Amino acid sequence: MAGWAIAVHGGAGVDPNLPEERQEEARRLLLRCLEMGADALRRGLPALDVVEMVVRELETDPVFNSGRGSALTRKGTVEMEASIMDGHGRRCGAVSGLTTVKNPVSLARLVMDRSPHSYLAFDGAEEFAREQGIEVVDNSYFITDENVGMLKLAKEANSIMYDYRVPNTCGAGAGMEGGLQMNGLPISIYAPETVGCVVVDGKGWCAAATSTGGLMNKMSGRIGDSPLIGSGTYACDVCAVSCTGEGEAIIRSTLARDVAALMEYKGLGLQEAVDFAVKERLDEGKAGLIAVSRNGEVAFGFNTIGMFRGCATEDGLVEVAIW
Amino acid sequence: MVSWAIAVHGGAGVDPALPVERQEEARRVLERCLQMGATALRAGLAAVDVVEMVVRELETDPVFNSGRGSALTRKGTVEMEASIMDGRGRRCGAVSGISTVKNPVSLARLVMERSPHSYLAFDGAEDFARDQGVELVDNSYFITEENVGMLKLAKEANSIMFDYRVPLTGADTCSASAGLVGAKAEGVLQMNGLPISIYAPETVGCVVVDCSGGCAAATSTGGLMNKMNGRIGDSPLIGSGTYACDACAVSCTGEGEAIIRSTLARDVAALMEYKGLGLQEAVDYAVKERLDEGKAGLIAVSGNGEVAIGFNTVGMFRGCATEEGFMEVGIW
Repeated sequence: MAGWAIAVHGGAGVDPNLPEERQEEARRLLLRCLEMGADALRRGLPALDVVEMVVRELETDPVFNSGRGSALTRKGTVEMEASIMDGHGRRCGAVSGLTTVKNPVSLARLVMDRSPHSYLAFDGAEEFAREQGIEVVDNSYFITDENVGMLKLAKEANSIMYDYRVPNTCGAGAGMEGGLQMNGLPISIYAPETVGCVVVDGKGWCAAATSTGGLMNKMSGRIGDSPLIGSGTYACDVCAVSCTGEGEAIIRSTLARDVAALMEYKGLGLQEAVDFAVKERLDEGKAGLIAVSRNGEVAFGFNTIGMFRGCATEDGLVEVAIW
Repeated sequence: MVSWAIAVHGGAGVDPALPVERQEEARRVLERCLQMGATALRAGLAAVDVVEMVVRELETDPVFNSGRGSALTRKGTVEMEASIMDGRGRRCGAVSGISTVKNPVSLARLVMERSPHSYLAFDGAEDFARDQGVELVDNSYFITEENVGMLKLAKEANSIMFDYRVPLTGADTCSASAGLVGAKAEGVLQMNGLPISIYAPETVGCVVVDCSGGCAAATSTGGLMNKMNGRIGDSPLIGSGTYACDACAVSCTGEGEAIIRSTLARDVAALMEYKGLGLQEAVDYAVKERLDEGKAGLIAVSGNGEVAIGFNTVGMFRGCATEEGFMEVGIW
């Protein structure tokens, strides 16, 4: 009988110059989440409950880009999105355009469990939140001083780049002169987009959840990969996957579903499938992902510089890393 | 050089008692769209241009559930969504929560080509539409009397079903539609929790392979009759309702929740790419094995000029045409 396993991430694409204190802060949070998840798994909680619980923790802590600490839209507000998928039965729920819901991943779960739909967004999602009595707060709760500063820098960077505009290729921001970039922003002000958690529990059931504030300086109404089943999140009998990085690249490569499809249709093992997906499906896109299999395996893959991540398994492995 | 091919659909899940005039009307629209697409393909237009053009025509005609003639939300308004994908380069664009844009598929294309993003929704999408200067109309333009009547029936049907509510098991179905199980006990043919007589098939779509082998797909819908506001279905979701790549292009229709959890459109392509299946095999496998109890249908073309159709519903409005002169419209 294979054991349980859990992996978490706090986003792919990390500034190589990230100050040491920030790296430590991130590592501590990831470790705390792993311990919380491992504890729950030891107590026999099912995978679905564990991923929700861990992502709630990641949303509540302002360190990463989800819930409190989310990246800001170009209007300076926060619009959050999340999705959750239970591999057992392939049930799923997703939300986008949340502005007052304290824990988006929990609203995604309520969409799955208590609505006749799979995906609710914007005003409709907010109404549903009120009907369900879930905790709501003012939009300002999610906004941190740091991100207000980042937004300002992002706007300046975009205006600088527009001065050196090269002809627009599909979806990409104007190219800059050799600076390390993701999603059109210099890496120093790019906010990694997401948090996520994947779990296989003691019964071999898999689940995944992903949550984000999205892209810094995004257009209001922009939906990324995180709430999209098959793109940012996927879980089925064989595995569970959560992705992070350039949303547009993850969507067009249906990254999360592809890891599972490579296992199901091509017979690849978990790490092979992860490597293939990252190497072959992203083209010039930059992204990363975490995955678990029903056999208790854990895998990571990323083609970015760095991905905040960690994993723990029943046989005692605990590991947190950034590079 | 590849022989071009085009397929269109107007939704899966058709009332077996649909009056003959309605069936004829639907056939005429499908045929007109095929002719329009075939003419464009003979003129050498690229796949992505053809799918956009054909879906615009389907949106504009009120017969099917997209653009004008869209199903209504529970508040009696229209919220439309659409997506488009160019298999060449796997570029994509999508929109949701559209309430004043005359042709949602065209806005989806603009998202793909003129925004830094892939998917815009609700107010943000409407703002973008204004920035882009696309044609806008009042929300009432999309609302037909017939659908106002249908909404009323749908609400009545849902309240009847709620009276026979059985405890939700939750684990067996992705969507916890409360009255669904009770009504099923009575043997009534249903989709998405509504009796088939008032269920509005959800979508229109078009897939094309052009003479250079480039594939593209587009899907557009008003969504589920009596849906909650803010509900997003499969049609704007890349990999679920729409997908295109080098190997093929796919557009799906039916129970949105089932299509999403089975990532139906992507799966057809993945079966070809990763399992080596041919187009029809992949379509059959996806419909048979991936939907569980879900009801849906799809149309697909391959980079080699083939066309395939699959559905596990009673009926799907559809048609296809190929360069060799084959043309067929079907409902059952």
